[in-house]
Amino acid sequence: MTNAEETASMESAAGEKASGVGDDSRSAISPDPSFLGQVEEIGEERLTPCFQCVKCSGGCPLTFAMDVLPHQLVRMVQMGLKQEVLKSSTIWLCAGCETCSTRCPNGVSIAHLMDVLRQIALTEGVEPAEPEVAGFHTAFLDEIRAGGRLHEMGMVRRYKFRTRKWMKDAGLGWRMFSRGKLKLLPVRIRDREWLKKVIPRFRR
Amino acid sequence: MCRLQTNGKVIMDRNLSYYPGCSLHGTAEEYDASTREICALLGVGLHELDDWNCCGASSAHVLSKEASVLMPARNLALAGREGKDLLVPCAACYGRSKAAQAALEEDASLRDKFGETFAEDPPAKVSIVSLLDVLAEPAMLHRIQEQVKKPLAGLKTVCYYGCLLVRPPRVTGAANYEAPESMDHVLTAVGATPLPWSYKTDCCGGGLAIGRSDLVAKLVDDLLMQAIDAGAEALVTACPMCQGNLDTRQQEARQAFERDYELPIFYISELVGLALGHPGVDAWWRKHLLDPRPLLRARELM
Repeated sequence: MTNAEETASMESAAGEKASGVGDDSRSAISPDPSFLGQVEEIGEERLTPCFQCVKCSGGCPLTFAMDVLPHQLVRMVQMGLKQEVLKSSTIWLCAGCETCSTRCPNGVSIAHLMDVLRQIALTEGVEPAEPEVAGFHTAFLDEIRAGGRLHEMGMVRRYKFRTRKWMKDAGLGWRMFSRGKLKLLPVRIRDREWLKKVIPRFRR
Repeated sequence: MCRLQTNGKVIMDRNLSYYPGCSLHGTAEEYDASTREICALLGVGLHELDDWNCCGASSAHVLSKEASVLMPARNLALAGREGKDLLVPCAACYGRSKAAQAALEEDASLRDKFGETFAEDPPAKVSIVSLLDVLAEPAMLHRIQEQVKKPLAGLKTVCYYGCLLVRPPRVTGAANYEAPESMDHVLTAVGATPLPWSYKTDCCGGGLAIGRSDLVAKLVDDLLMQAIDAGAEALVTACPMCQGNLDTRQQEARQAFERDYELPIFYISELVGLALGHPGVDAWWRKHLLDPRPLLRARELM
């Protein structure tokens, strides 16, 4: 972008902003004051002790891929920015390594917070920002629901139907199969009655 | 203490319930085989739980707190009936089982839910141990040292513990959770050279391997580059997800970041088995995507 173009684009952005003043339909954020309470109740933990020391984001191995950093996400929950939080890629990219929860000086379990947010997002039908990650988790549980143990080939089949990524990892799959790491047939446990009661099924 | 009888028969002096988990019956069969076989050599009897189920691993806790507790709780109830300590070699299963045990202890409503679902009392308390817990006990280290037939002299490795064996310490009870040393002690006992490095407990990406393998490749690349910087020619793990990601995503990482590394990724049990002179090690190496045999030949270990 040339200097002139840059100036022009900044001016037009400023112009849009000016025209939005006093216009209710252009409200940039719509906080939901009940969101913090909802998250704290489901997660059974208080989030208000967070004083933004940024230690969670400092140690997080996946910040390079996240659209919102973990400490920002906690602040956004405190502020009631429900849609922004539930639509973030961050809640799906957390690998659950627990570094944040381990290092938080205020005892906030941020990794657990991510679980709670993913559960709210799925139950309230929010489109996941990372459909492949969500699809992996739901396919995984579908497979366990059926037989009680993970059968990798069955899980991958369900994953592909959920995400339509038909050819992804086909070569790797073959290399693993040829070393006997992937079994053709599932092993099912005998006592399966409880599985459908305990393991939820999600559309996404 | 276990004593080798004159007829070569080992008397088991410690008996444990054994929960292999799904990975050890699938993608990580070499971890299962090497764990069973070294335990037999070291006088530890393993008794697999009958009709065990998946612990929910990387996914149940993401989608349902209740499922993430009740699934491991059923296994804990099976183990409770046996009354022995429970060996869980998979780090994910270990972490989830410990988390479920803690949740049941703290939360009466989960105990009620357990009773409602399985029509029995909540599981009796059993001690859940990892393979490193078993191998790194002082008496066991001594026994390993005594039984080493082929010291792994000259094998330069870094110990990679990953996340769930140590974190969160509130659940795992790990004392030295930022810089654990148990695996280093085991490797030293078998004559290998574990090198110091700062990435012992950094994450490999775990369950993102299928949905976002590109991110896992980045984390794998970071770990391998750090290991190489430390002077290592192989990494040693005690987790099927760590070993799996580092082994199966190494090619993707090599291509994405234009590297030429080829580092074998061992399970600690495999290296102990090699040092104890187990005759069946070759079957384990065949399971690896990145064949460790050229390195072992170069170090005159096979």
